[in-house]
Amino acid sequence: MYSALDQPMSSQAPVQTSVPPLKDYASIVGQPEIDELWALAKSLKNRTVKMVNSTAVGGGVAEILNRAVPLFQEVGLPTQWDVITGGEAFFSVTKAFHNALHGLAYEDRPEWFDLFLATNEENRKRMEFGESFVVIHDPQPLPLVRAREGKHSHWIWRCHIDLSQPNERVWEFLRPFVEKFDASMFSSAAFTHALPIPQYLIAPTIDPLADKNRELEPEFVRSVVDKFGIDASRPIVSQISRFDRLKDPLGVIQAYKMVKKYQDCQLVLAGGGATDDPEGSVVYAEVQEAARDDSDIFLLNLPPWSHLEINALQRASTIVVQKSLREGFGLTVTEALWKKKPVVASAVGGIFRQVFHKLTGMLVHSVEGCAYQIRYLLSNPALAQRLGEAGHDHVKENFLITHTIRNYLLLFWLLERNRQ
Amino acid sequence: MKQAKEPFQFVAASYLICIGHDRPTTLRDLSQGIAKVSEASIFCHTFHSLSMHHYTSYSSDFAQWAMAACNEHELAERLGGIDVRQFVAIEDLRSALVHTIDSYLHGRPRSSDRPAFEPFYFSETREIALPLEMRALNLTELSEGIRRLSVQSLHFHFVNSRLRLHLRTNDFSHWIERELGFPELAARIDRVDFYTNTLQGVRDGILECIRPWINR
Repeated sequence: MYSALDQPMSSQAPVQTSVPPLKDYASIVGQPEIDELWALAKSLKNRTVKMVNSTAVGGGVAEILNRAVPLFQEVGLPTQWDVITGGEAFFSVTKAFHNALHGLAYEDRPEWFDLFLATNEENRKRMEFGESFVVIHDPQPLPLVRAREGKHSHWIWRCHIDLSQPNERVWEFLRPFVEKFDASMFSSAAFTHALPIPQYLIAPTIDPLADKNRELEPEFVRSVVDKFGIDASRPIVSQISRFDRLKDPLGVIQAYKMVKKYQDCQLVLAGGGATDDPEGSVVYAEVQEAARDDSDIFLLNLPPWSHLEINALQRASTIVVQKSLREGFGLTVTEALWKKKPVVASAVGGIFRQVFHKLTGMLVHSVEGCAYQIRYLLSNPALAQRLGEAGHDHVKENFLITHTIRNYLLLFWLLERNRQ
Repeated sequence: MKQAKEPFQFVAASYLICIGHDRPTTLRDLSQGIAKVSEASIFCHTFHSLSMHHYTSYSSDFAQWAMAACNEHELAERLGGIDVRQFVAIEDLRSALVHTIDSYLHGRPRSSDRPAFEPFYFSETREIALPLEMRALNLTELSEGIRRLSVQSLHFHFVNSRLRLHLRTNDFSHWIERELGFPELAARIDRVDFYTNTLQGVRDGILECIRPWINR
């Protein structure tokens, strides 16, 4: 087992990376898409937006905001991105809620609710909410909606997680906050509930021009693979994800060991932590233990700014796996499909919207299924290539950052019209 | 080149899907649901889904669900065979869907009430259409405009127009026949098949039809 140097997780305010101007996306999505974005934005002139989430680095939400906020600014909607703060205890509670909302075991501790509310109240007092549209991401900052009283803003809850089988106690605690919003956004119809507010189906997206997804020189890809000691001449199976139980890294190792009985390959498990996920180091230790005796397993606990390395590892992979037990959407799947990689992914959550079995990838339901499909694709490279190409087209049509901008603009427009 | 009196007004159209509360889990419930849901919902699962599903077996959500969630392939084929081009009113399409399911289920009680693998999520399409600063007075300008439309806006002009116009045609053909007096070209464009093409393919097909007529 190769294990990259652990990096401490840090907390920091949003640092927006430089994002190319909208016109640069025309070569990918076509000039008409860009022209119509501008036309839509023009109808929302002088409106302002606030985005609120719980982490500035790590995880899909922070990545989307990093790219989307500058694009909102460019089309004429001044946008403020705020991150709520809280101590380790608060983020342990929100992680427990996160797992419970995904249907995992939950230890009922009423004092957690108090801590959750108190921390949100502290955040509410230090934040201002004068914008035309306030978008709250995920459950952690939900109680901030109490700040809307007496204000004219439109409030939207953007749910990125799989809420299809939530723990009832936690969901019933959070639901009254959700019901105070004007609208909500979900990544899959299966995550919605009988709520009195409109629930829109809107997928998250990736930025094709970001370091994590842009084209790379083959020499650079090779240098990254070499740096980690991976053998570029042998098949590479990878899963790029946080070290999180819901991503089932131990299941991936089991599947890899089943494949290894029949076919030569290496396994790369690469990911980092999010500042709102205190469980990551525990899971990483468990994975280290499971991988200990195999020199073909590479555990790479990478810092959050390793976008180019992640990009290179995905491009170097023969097959990309996403064996999640629950998944809000699975942007790592989107990233792999964009790079024309054959994907073997669990049939859960938002992955259904991306992977159509045997058309844009392979869907699996178990460790055994995962192992079988990896073997199958390793033995059938022509099919693997076809899946990857179809997956790329599917992402291009539906899951690029310009779709996110367009969908938000549409929702803003609808909310304004409905109030008139 | 022939000039129109009234210009063709291009529109930027966009769609959001709003998920409803009705979630049938059997074919009988699906049929009852189709009979009562809003017109926006029927539109969402037939006209709108046409532009969304390049990777599923059927462009109709109802057909896809009958196959993937209920394992009723024959019904899926029948539902998939309902051609939205034949309908200029949602109510007629609704009746055809209900009739197709009910006649299939007649005498198949097991198929009626067998729980599906996953529920069907009735949803509605919210359409937003804003006029673009782009108009056409002749075929050259029309072609240029069609090239500059997003696929969603192309869908608006070529597919959804049937409901808006209450005619079995599309915006382009309607304008070409009325303003330029080219019924043959109008008919040819209307035959471009959006069931077997992607919207990009539809765009190419329309432009191909127009090209020989530009200098007439």
